[in-house]
Amino acid sequence: MQQNHFDLLKLPVRYHIDQQALEQNYRKLQAEVHPDRFATASPQERLQSMQISTQVNEAYHTLKNPSARARYMLLLAGIDTLEESNTAMPADFLMQQMEWREAADDAKMSGDIDALDKLLNEMRGLIKQLENTISSNLDDNPDYEMAALTIRKLSFIEKISTDIEHMIDKLEN
Amino acid sequence: MALLQIAEPGMSAAPHQHKLAVGIDLGTTNSLVATVRSGMSTVLHDEHGHALLPSVVRYLEDGTVAVGHAAQAKQSEDPKNTIVSAKRFMGRGLKDIPDITHIPYRFVDTPGMVQIDTRAGIKSPVEISAEILKSLKARAEKALGGELIGAVITVPAYFDDAQRQATKDAARLAGINVLRLLNEPTAAAVAYGLDNASEGIYVIYDLGGGTFDISILRLSKGVFEVLATNGDSALGGDDFDHRLFCWILEQSKLPPLNQEDTRLLLTKAREAKEWLSENVEAQITVVLSTKALVNVKVTATQFAEMTQHLVNKTLNPTRKALRDGGLAIDEIKGVVLVGGATRMPHVRHAVADFFQQEPLTNLDPDKVVALGAAIQANVLAGNRSEDDLLLLDVIPLSLGLETMGGLVEKVIPRNSTLPVARAQDFTTFKDGQTAMSIHVVQGERELVSDCRSLARFELRGIPPMAASAARIRVTFQVDADGLLSVTAREQTSGVESHIVVKPSYGLSEDEITEMLKSSFNSAEADKKARALREAIVEAERLIEAMSAAIQQDGEKLLNDIEKQALIDEIDALKSLCVGNDTDAIHNATEVLNKNSEFFAARRMDASVSKALSGQNLQSLEF
Repeated sequence: MQQNHFDLLKLPVRYHIDQQALEQNYRKLQAEVHPDRFATASPQERLQSMQISTQVNEAYHTLKNPSARARYMLLLAGIDTLEESNTAMPADFLMQQMEWREAADDAKMSGDIDALDKLLNEMRGLIKQLENTISSNLDDNPDYEMAALTIRKLSFIEKISTDIEHMIDKLEN
Repeated sequence: MALLQIAEPGMSAAPHQHKLAVGIDLGTTNSLVATVRSGMSTVLHDEHGHALLPSVVRYLEDGTVAVGHAAQAKQSEDPKNTIVSAKRFMGRGLKDIPDITHIPYRFVDTPGMVQIDTRAGIKSPVEISAEILKSLKARAEKALGGELIGAVITVPAYFDDAQRQATKDAARLAGINVLRLLNEPTAAAVAYGLDNASEGIYVIYDLGGGTFDISILRLSKGVFEVLATNGDSALGGDDFDHRLFCWILEQSKLPPLNQEDTRLLLTKAREAKEWLSENVEAQITVVLSTKALVNVKVTATQFAEMTQHLVNKTLNPTRKALRDGGLAIDEIKGVVLVGGATRMPHVRHAVADFFQQEPLTNLDPDKVVALGAAIQANVLAGNRSEDDLLLLDVIPLSLGLETMGGLVEKVIPRNSTLPVARAQDFTTFKDGQTAMSIHVVQGERELVSDCRSLARFELRGIPPMAASAARIRVTFQVDADGLLSVTAREQTSGVESHIVVKPSYGLSEDEITEMLKSSFNSAEADKKARALREAIVEAERLIEAMSAAIQQDGEKLLNDIEKQALIDEIDALKSLCVGNDTDAIHNATEVLNKNSEFFAARRMDASVSKALSGQNLQSLEF
């Protein structure tokens, strides 16, 4: 069984998705295919249930996460976001990024968890903004190249967020 | 008014046969077994009316084994052969065990898992745990009057692959069919959630004898979705006992104690701790084997102060779980306390302070895990027809691979919903490289040396190519029990290597076979009888599963020829089962399993379509 994530969860291929339908369809599917439904079944059925249930989890979590969903849509459209290789970014974006990194490092050095939390919230706000941009790049006025650039920006911000989370983790221990 | 009963098309209206399945809480300090009877989850008692079986195993001089209260009563007298808290050593090496100097056992530093030298020989923690499980199984079969079809066994959510595998191995040694390994906090949530018909986000704070777990779940219409889990697999009530024990030593200015006295005083410390949950002070009076008298008074306040750092240690994992779940404290609808150690008032206060609400305690924290496991066992056994309970659990620790420079490349991040699979591509480092060694680790740290090593294996036969030209795809699959299997495949040539991870810390198949043999009489005839019995049990399980599948979906999904072919194979296997040809039974079981693959696939596809097809009876309005 090879279906794309949208088909599997019976949703139209759009960035803007019906969250409630996503949740409902996910739960309905898992209620039928989850290994717990096949605990006393034959080994073949247990194996296949695990594989399909795995696929349903993958589909759900990809579509639930906005940036993963955007990447996946581009993948379906045959566009490579080149996040590993294409790191060319507008100069002002790079400057801005360096400032955030410095602020994070300073807060880390002085052990200021509150400052890190504040910075983390700022990053989360930016992620929301970028997601709105992606939404218009993908659904309203489709421009896949622009969407790919926005996703690359999003990757940068997500990376900083993860690093800040790690810093907070370390300070708290 | 009598209602007409209508059976589902294709299903017989035969009376529902209740299958015997139990939930087992295999605890560090105490273990329990529960089952669902007449729709109610109930803990099963032993003949003396005890629900809790102390997780204590004693190897006696006459070669017999005592488990539970009888063993516990002798632990001061015979500390070297009376093993308590064996769960702490499951899937662990000697170097992993803290405070080893205070433990009276003769440890054997075997590669993989630590073992203990007793008068009955060298015992693995898996064998010791199997004794506890055997005792619970016997209790259940006596109480229920029949053979169990299987059990759900609970494990701390924070158990890694090695510890989970060890638990499953112990069940196998005890002759128990494991329907599922279930995380303890999730089990507690099931018992609690179903009892209270709760909806919303709940935190399960589980401080047991030897482990601490925190789980955050979203409960909604019978679906229990774990959002995040965290914990400390080496922190529990035992540490509070130990702290108090050290304090008593300091207060009484005692020289280092011998092992019997250590055990005796630790027991007194535990009793004082329990007393202090309800009283303001405790008097500890005991005469040691050296005739020295210990007589100390400890107040509840003193006890709270000396152990506050242990309580605080639980809050870091709690914060991490909240952050992983992307949740704030005010989104938490309720906090459930699990584990005997949560009876301590200063633990309750700390939890209440942290979450800014009084924790819920209306179910017995000692029993709630077993009660939840029993509910899940009942569902898995197929005793509930209405699909109103679904557990979606997560993997507690990230899985990764070693890359250049001893660094970890994460492949599956912690808190991914199970079952989960993820593939990662790697390439060769040198021209003409034909083999690649793959090292699987589990943990959150960046360096391989800081994570737990699960397995190493080699992928050979890669066609010689220029460096970086080969594409090796390594796929991790984690099943619903949280157990990992790994496949590696060279993409251009299709060379494949598959392993089910038996962690470096686990037991090999040979070791288990050996233990299975030695747990019975080692006479050749007995071994054969046992092998035959195992083959028949496996065959019967498949026959039952296949017959049920054909009865349910045979009309819809099979043509007459296919159906007849499967029925013939089932009949052939049935007739083999009355004979005694172990190999023939094995082979026929495998063939039937293989030949039913297409049917399994059709049934899965049908399940997928059924899940999202528009109308069903429940949605019709009358």
